[in-house]
Amino acid sequence: MGDLELPDLLRECAPQVLAAVVRRYGDFEACEDAVQEALLAAARQWPETGVPEQPRNWLITVAGRRRVELLRNETARRRREEALCQEPAPAVRGDDELALLLLCCHPALSVPAQVTLTLRAVGGLTTAEIARALLLPEATVGQRISRAKQRIRDTGTRFEMPAPQQLGERLTAVRHVLYLIFNEGYTASSGDALSRVELTREAIRLTRQLHRRLFQDGEVAGLLALMLLTDARRPARTGPDGTLIPLAEQDRSRWDAAAIAEGVAIITRTLARAPIGPFQLQAAIAAVHDEAARAEDTDWPQILALYGMLHALAPSPMVTLNRIVARAMVDGPAAGLAALDGVAGDPVLGRHHRTAAVRAHLLEMAGDRAAAREQYRRAARLTLSRPEQRYLESRASRLR
Amino acid sequence: MKYVILIQSNPQSLAVWETLTDEQRTDFGLGHLRLTEQMRDAGVLVVSEGLGDPALATQVSVRDGKTITCDGPYAEVKEHLAGFYLIDVADLDEAVAWAAKAPDAAYTRVEVRPVLDMSTWEI
Repeated sequence: MGDLELPDLLRECAPQVLAAVVRRYGDFEACEDAVQEALLAAARQWPETGVPEQPRNWLITVAGRRRVELLRNETARRRREEALCQEPAPAVRGDDELALLLLCCHPALSVPAQVTLTLRAVGGLTTAEIARALLLPEATVGQRISRAKQRIRDTGTRFEMPAPQQLGERLTAVRHVLYLIFNEGYTASSGDALSRVELTREAIRLTRQLHRRLFQDGEVAGLLALMLLTDARRPARTGPDGTLIPLAEQDRSRWDAAAIAEGVAIITRTLARAPIGPFQLQAAIAAVHDEAARAEDTDWPQILALYGMLHALAPSPMVTLNRIVARAMVDGPAAGLAALDGVAGDPVLGRHHRTAAVRAHLLEMAGDRAAAREQYRRAARLTLSRPEQRYLESRASRLR
Repeated sequence: MKYVILIQSNPQSLAVWETLTDEQRTDFGLGHLRLTEQMRDAGVLVVSEGLGDPALATQVSVRDGKTITCDGPYAEVKEHLAGFYLIDVADLDEAVAWAAKAPDAAYTRVEVRPVLDMSTWEI
């Protein structure tokens, strides 16, 4: 822990400190505020005083005191609180961080609330940092956090591990939240690109921690591999001017070879021993892409087979669409276009920009430039992503 | 996902307004204040504003580096933006549920539009 930079050290400590304080004093709501203030105090003081020998214990003690102060006006409870404060600092326990993560992803919370609370309570980010990363006003994030904590209190949920029969479902929510945090950070470019990259790093860090704790969970491993294999392409994903470069045109020498090696190792060993799941399959697909030295070396038959499995296991409109792309790469654009006609009535795919983008791409492959241009234009109109819009418009004008 | 809920003023909404009693009009205004408060409370509100009348608008253009302004819209406009709510929610369903609480939705209608962002997955 000694060689971490201060912000990283604080983030590393945050969930352990919070879990220890909640375990001792109960009342997640007030404890979370207290820990946040202890972290801010440390960020202010430590650069001058130096990092204490036991940073975690320092934070636990300060947060404990602060928690008592926060409740001072509740005079009836005051004496009891202060008596508690005299006791030695609570210890950090093994399962606490996982229990905390599960609490933040509580099913009573909306998904945006789960994401925000996880970033703060488990990730140790300040409200201001979260606001910057999610492109929201600080007041909105602050309110979302306090609302989420109230909600948890109202459900009467206690800070403990859920029953084993509930754990599976609760972990699904946790993986989903970590995936969303990663996704949110995985942006092509923006004015705030740096803080968004931070989210990606944060998602990988938290998933890595969870993987260490739940080594036997194949889907947590799959999620970590998927993040590593996707993030590995980031350096090649945008041009110097911020424009988007699609997978097939990326300079693969710029991919992060170490991240690819780690992701491939994780997914290979997981597929061999764990029950298969959607994140593992997506990671396997990412691995096949990442292992191709050139775009034309991509093992499309294998990708097509993996999408077939994914479709059987966890069907979704995007899986359907990606499977059509793989089909076209194996059997030619005509086969892909025919398959696209087959899903034209799908309520999601019907007006989704990616459907138009895929159609455009396949029409271009088939040599129908005029129709391809029209579909690129349609896709550009329908997308909500500015970088994608720019990219799709440039494809359209290239076909003029 | 960010969505904007757009409140338009048009001949239809003005006609409805004419039929409302004073009490209903007060309720209408309070309804917007309440909605803003509820959105803020739920942690979904990014910003919301009601806009001044188009008669108070200023048109701005720049020609040869010079900023030129003139008052109001060029002609009497039939429809104009009267106000908006910018919210950040999980999905369209949630955005629609908030839009349904706008007082206007009960008399005329409001529009929900997704906001462009910088994020993207693989193309």
